Amino acid sequence: MTTETLPGPAVAAKPISNRRREMRRAMRSLVAARWPLVAIFVLLCVAFAAIFGPWISPMDPNRQNIMLRLADPMTAGRQGMMYLGSDGLGRDVFSRLLYGARVSLLVGICAIMVGGTIGVIAGLVSGYFGGWIDDVIMRLGDIQLAFPFILLAIMFLVILGPGVMNIIIVLGIGQWVTYARIVRAQTLSLREKEFVEAARALGDPTVLVIFRTILPNIVAPLTVIASFNVASVILSEASLSFLGLGVPPNVPTWGAMLADSRDQLMANKWWLAFFPGMAIVMTVLSFNILGDWLRDFLDPRLKTNA
Amino acid sequence: MTFIIRRLLQSLVVIIGVTLITFLALQMSGDPTYLYVSERATEEEIIQTRAALGFDRPLHEQYLTFIGKLVQGDFGNSLSYKRPALGAVLEALPATIELTLFAMMLAIVVAIPLGVAAALNRGTPVDGSIMTVAMAGQSIPSFWLGIMMIMFLGLQMRFLPISGHVPFIMPLVQGDVVRAFSQLPQALYYLIMPGFAVAFYSISRNARLVRSSMLEVLGQDYVRTARAKGISETAVVIRHALRNAWLPVVTMIGLEFGFLLGGVVVVEMVFSWPGIGRLIFNAINQRDIPVVQAAVVILALVFITLNLIVDLIYAKIDPRVKL
Repeated sequence: MTTETLPGPAVAAKPISNRRREMRRAMRSLVAARWPLVAIFVLLCVAFAAIFGPWISPMDPNRQNIMLRLADPMTAGRQGMMYLGSDGLGRDVFSRLLYGARVSLLVGICAIMVGGTIGVIAGLVSGYFGGWIDDVIMRLGDIQLAFPFILLAIMFLVILGPGVMNIIIVLGIGQWVTYARIVRAQTLSLREKEFVEAARALGDPTVLVIFRTILPNIVAPLTVIASFNVASVILSEASLSFLGLGVPPNVPTWGAMLADSRDQLMANKWWLAFFPGMAIVMTVLSFNILGDWLRDFLDPRLKTNA
Repeated sequence: MTFIIRRLLQSLVVIIGVTLITFLALQMSGDPTYLYVSERATEEEIIQTRAALGFDRPLHEQYLTFIGKLVQGDFGNSLSYKRPALGAVLEALPATIELTLFAMMLAIVVAIPLGVAAALNRGTPVDGSIMTVAMAGQSIPSFWLGIMMIMFLGLQMRFLPISGHVPFIMPLVQGDVVRAFSQLPQALYYLIMPGFAVAFYSISRNARLVRSSMLEVLGQDYVRTARAKGISETAVVIRHALRNAWLPVVTMIGLEFGFLLGGVVVVEMVFSWPGIGRLIFNAINQRDIPVVQAAVVILALVFITLNLIVDLIYAKIDPRVKL
């Protein structure tokens, strides 16, 4: 999904010693670019909602109120203000929105960790050892990419049933190829570098050479892919939840809120669809903007002629 | 020739991979028998069903049976429709292909002028607004865009129909060409909203791709030469620059199909489009496994075929491609 955004193997391996100077450069670039700063702010808000949802949400997201079904935004209920109105069962949209941030972020980040871990290990092994194992891993990746993954995800989730864990694993597996390819390409070139040879000459075991000498030099491009991937995983999670395949019905998610809003489509209750959708768009957009900035920052040569 | 053979073999491997995954997915639930019996089934019924479906036999034997039936187009009977699952899927397939092809067309026809316009007006508000929309477009879930379009363009402004479908491929397949083409305007009318909802992501990405490769191409020597020859600027842009600038988009077309198919499956739900997506959705609610399996395998075949065609055409157009 994000093939065009991959930073090629061009990102140079830098010694890690001048990390503090790098940080300062990053901060300056961040402030100068403005939009990434806004994106970080939005993401902090989403993270805040995800972590502190139970404390800051005005109402219980699953509490139904038959008297206040489909209330307009800014309706005062007995439990408090319904800032964004209520849904067909009289549940407070704003509270559900805050809780929905949990699932989106949790699934987004965990799926990336699952996919990233598999992909990084596969890529390191592939690139470092080469040979038949490289062939097998890369062909497996080709097969997976030759097929719209969302269909497989749908099939697995129909069979395994909904659940946060299942969705994380399925979406995580959907991401590994991207990481494996980048890591493999980087490993191939790093393998021949002097400092890697030095580590080998010193008698470091292969595992140490791979994880302590090579891996730290690949982290930079990985952060770029991870940023874009979180965005696309959140979109996929929303699609699956929308189809009723995400998490159990009593867990509020943005995708499931949109699915519920379909029942009220003809009634023109716009807030039911508008706010959860905006929440998804803002979150995904922020991750995309951040990814764009990270890519330009880490390798100015790839800058998209802005 | 070797390229074609290699590519065909590759497709075959993918197809086998898909069937293997489809088969194994069923086993991952533990005992798949429970997916086929009702919750109140007695122990006896469960044992009977297990034997009838062959779930008590060794795995490799089951897979061979699965493949054998699959080759004959037998995915088993749909649990909710009580008829062959394949029939239900094939009936819904034309509508899905119509929507996918239409979205594909939009993703190219709309994206390229936008990308070119942005590149030619680099740094101006035209460029800025096109790129802002394109950036946002890559962050909007297609089904949400569909819902918003239904609410504002459909229900509020009564501009476009919010659901409905006029078949085009179905009469074509049945040999009624006259009817197919007389229905085409109507068919397109109903395709506009779902088509845009599906294609918006791809339009945005392609517009960005075209813009950046256009900017690169415009700086090349041969473009300067063309200008120096005194050709009109339009001719320079269209005949010299665009020809190379849209190559990255062409390269992506094959993969794009897969992406669009995925979007179609979800968007069909929003517009009650009578395609495979809606079928899958109903099957999900009924836990109708044979239909889901048939749908996944058929969509995979469609995607692999489309991908293959695109690659073969591409190899024909660009002789440098010798993968």
